[in-house]
Amino acid sequence: MTTVAAPAALRRRPAPRWHLYALAVVISLFILVPIYLIAVAAFTPRAVLNGFPKPVVPVAVSIDTMQAFLNTRGVGQSVINSLIVGLLTLVMSTVLGAPAGYALARFAFRGRDAFQLLILMTRAFPIAILAVPLTVTFITWGLYDTLPAVALVHTALALPTTVLITASIFISVPVDLEEAALTLGCTPLGAFTRVALPLALPGLAAASIFTFVLSWNEVFASVILTVSNRTLPAQVLSSLGDSPLAYRFAGGFALILPALVFIFFIRRYLFNMWGRVVR
Amino acid sequence: MQGEVAQRERSALLGDTAAPLARRGRRIPIIPYALLAPTVLFLLVFFAWPMIQALVLAFQGADGAWSLAAVERMTGDLRFGDAVKTTLIFAAVVIPLQTVLAIGMALLLMSNLRGAGFFLYLWAIPLGISDLASGVVWLSIFTDRGYINSLLVGLGLSDAGYPFLSYENPLSLFLCAAIAELWRATSIVMVIVLSGLQVIPKDYGEAAEVFGATAWQRFRHVTLPMLRPSLQVALILRTILAFQVFAVVIALAGRQLPVLAEEAYHFYYDIRSPNVAAAYALLIMALSLVFTAIYLRVLRVRDAELGRGR
Amino acid sequence: MSEIRIERISKTYPGGKAPAVRDISLTVQDSEFMVLLGPSGCGKTTLLRMLAGLEYPDAGRIVIGDRDVTDLPPRKRGIAMVFQSYAVFPHLTVFENIAFGLRMQKRPDAEVRRRVSHASGLLQLDPYVERYPAQLSGGQRQRVAVARAIIMEPAVLLMDEPLSNLDALLRLQFRAELKKLVSEVKTTTVYVTHDQLEALSLGDRIAVMRDGQIIQVAEPMTVYDRPATEFVGSFIGSPPMNFLRGTAQSEGAAVFSVAIGDQSLPAPAAVAAQTGSDLLVGIRAENIVPHASAPVGTGSAGALRAETVVVEPLGSHLLVTASVAGQIVKVVTRTDFPARAGMDIWLEPEPDKLRWLRAADGIAFGN
Repeated sequence: MTTVAAPAALRRRPAPRWHLYALAVVISLFILVPIYLIAVAAFTPRAVLNGFPKPVVPVAVSIDTMQAFLNTRGVGQSVINSLIVGLLTLVMSTVLGAPAGYALARFAFRGRDAFQLLILMTRAFPIAILAVPLTVTFITWGLYDTLPAVALVHTALALPTTVLITASIFISVPVDLEEAALTLGCTPLGAFTRVALPLALPGLAAASIFTFVLSWNEVFASVILTVSNRTLPAQVLSSLGDSPLAYRFAGGFALILPALVFIFFIRRYLFNMWGRVVR
Repeated sequence: MQGEVAQRERSALLGDTAAPLARRGRRIPIIPYALLAPTVLFLLVFFAWPMIQALVLAFQGADGAWSLAAVERMTGDLRFGDAVKTTLIFAAVVIPLQTVLAIGMALLLMSNLRGAGFFLYLWAIPLGISDLASGVVWLSIFTDRGYINSLLVGLGLSDAGYPFLSYENPLSLFLCAAIAELWRATSIVMVIVLSGLQVIPKDYGEAAEVFGATAWQRFRHVTLPMLRPSLQVALILRTILAFQVFAVVIALAGRQLPVLAEEAYHFYYDIRSPNVAAAYALLIMALSLVFTAIYLRVLRVRDAELGRGR
Repeated sequence: MSEIRIERISKTYPGGKAPAVRDISLTVQDSEFMVLLGPSGCGKTTLLRMLAGLEYPDAGRIVIGDRDVTDLPPRKRGIAMVFQSYAVFPHLTVFENIAFGLRMQKRPDAEVRRRVSHASGLLQLDPYVERYPAQLSGGQRQRVAVARAIIMEPAVLLMDEPLSNLDALLRLQFRAELKKLVSEVKTTTVYVTHDQLEALSLGDRIAVMRDGQIIQVAEPMTVYDRPATEFVGSFIGSPPMNFLRGTAQSEGAAVFSVAIGDQSLPAPAAVAAQTGSDLLVGIRAENIVPHASAPVGTGSAGALRAETVVVEPLGSHLLVTASVAGQIVKVVTRTDFPARAGMDIWLEPEPDKLRWLRAADGIAFGN
């Protein structure tokens, strides 16, 4: 009996794992090193910061660079403004978007496709289109240079995504749970609040965090719509040209910080979403 | 985070819905419309209205009459041609690189490495970083007295460092901005591709393997086609965002690297001409629409390919 | 504990090509266990959901007890339902799941505790009451779903294929438990299934459905022994009822037969009106007596010669597949019957178990 050679694919050796690990480490370094460097820069004393060459490993740690940044005129207030705008955006986009997402998930109604099309189209809109003409409108309405105005634009930006995320979250809550609640004595609203909402809450929380970060990071509309009530990105951008390096580095770090914090908090949710990868 | 968003968007749009709730009686239901109304109204006001406003601003002169003055001012500007070119080339360079890198990262994550979860967490960090922050971060690296030069001088490889961000070096400026964007935005594409990969059943690849396909063949003929819906979403989003590139460029290059969004800002803020700014805004949108249409056509996904019946 | 009257209910889903439920009328007696049986797509689940109030009919009326509930929402109908997927609330403990309906009624704590403890005892859930559904097996979750429904002491209990997600062994066990439970609780029950064994075992009456209509409503043994159509006969029973196609003939004064190939079977007088047309003769596999050699005398008239095709020993009995005049017949007999593939055997159907149907429309006539 002759032996048949196995085809090449079945004869393969196990893939050289260390290649892959090395690649993964390189990519990780690419991602992490800049963050490390900005953190170092933000916490290096100003004197050292103005020197050259800069030490990659921090020789002295001090908060005076960050302090100087925060004490610069307008910065502290802009941080507070960013927080306010972020919270306003979060509230508005949730109040408007969550019910719409629920409707999209649970009801088959005429005009549903048209609505989905509207959502998709607005998702594809460049911000510039919104911000520039809206300034003229806001001036007329007396809303120019106010925080609520920025929040409105940010809500417009976040709303389509919020609707689609909440729709997808409610879709993942099986409808027969709500039906069971209906048979057990709940009104439709009761079924929603007692069954659908608690189960959707983690996803809704993650969506809210996304909205907040989106608002925190947004720069173009913020800088166009405000003059004296700046958000942090607007503040940093407008003073970039004539500010010392230390200011810019500290500002960069302040901008990144929420991202790091929030990703840390929702990483469990990230893992739940991609549970199969993590195993 | 944005990738997870896009994945959920896609599933909502592709209509994998649970059975809808029953309607009361035989009347037309008002509940879904009532729930939708605030959103629809808000979107109409804050999208449709600015659109119209932008058209009005761009095509009207100071006296209110229709005129092409703003458009002519825009196209006649010295920096207009450069801005268009730079924006397009920037997108053309960054997007393919990002896509390839993102697919590579996603495949790595799926290849059963130990610690894949840890890597996922790390690689997802840039999702929350804004373009402005990215620009500042890389500024600290590329600036004349920044970290790269510190390293070069410290290692004795150079005397005074290399002026990466000098206006005399437009190519270098461009590359630095491209690297900053690559660093920041690849995670978005990666997350979308990752979620797309996860939906592909393993059986297809295994069947191909049994039939003698190499890893590359498997990728090209099994994985890639099934990734098309995710790629379509990711590319559309990324391209539209790429045409709006703004803060990265300003942080790294000031006004030395002209891009469309930055010109819009310049005309609005420094020159105080909302009309020309609106013209730029419309140009950006037109470009976005054209490319979205191209993607939808070229990467058209038929339901049958997805294995979805009707 | 109420009677249900379904009067001329119809429903077509928007975008559907055919009605899901077509002009159905059915009365379920007080305390009766009515099974809706049929293949997927026959409309049984739609009908159940309309009873529940989760769907609304396009036409017709539903009356529970003495109330017209057609337009009422589920919570006002006095029903409780067990879903196919159990629909157990993942964010509540077993206790709170079972207690859910009572909490909606704002019952006092002491009463809730007492009744939950009674229900969980009935369904052997006592050790699990403080656990969350994710920590339970499928079978345990199903018990929670049942407990949650019966604790409501509803006028009508609705069940949508509650056993279909269990593995075969569990299904057998639960079927028996469910039957015992239901006989103790004595609620009017409507139970949907596609499994004819469940229908035969559990139902006081079975309503066999197909394509949105009820084909036959009768007690299980009636549906089994005297199916109203060919469809019912082949849907119920395992193996399905055998149907042999033949032509009705008159052999003289009030003597009739059915010609099957070149053989014939004696037929009753009811066949008279059908002479010349094709008939279907229905007989169940266990009602055929096989003989290894040709019977003589009176037996020979009612026997058909067949060729054995396949013999399957199934542990407790032998399943023989044979061919009569090119038509397949299944016979169930004792394990030591000497049949072998290729062998000729003689099949003698028990005459009072024969069913007579018109071949044209598959509808039974006669007894």
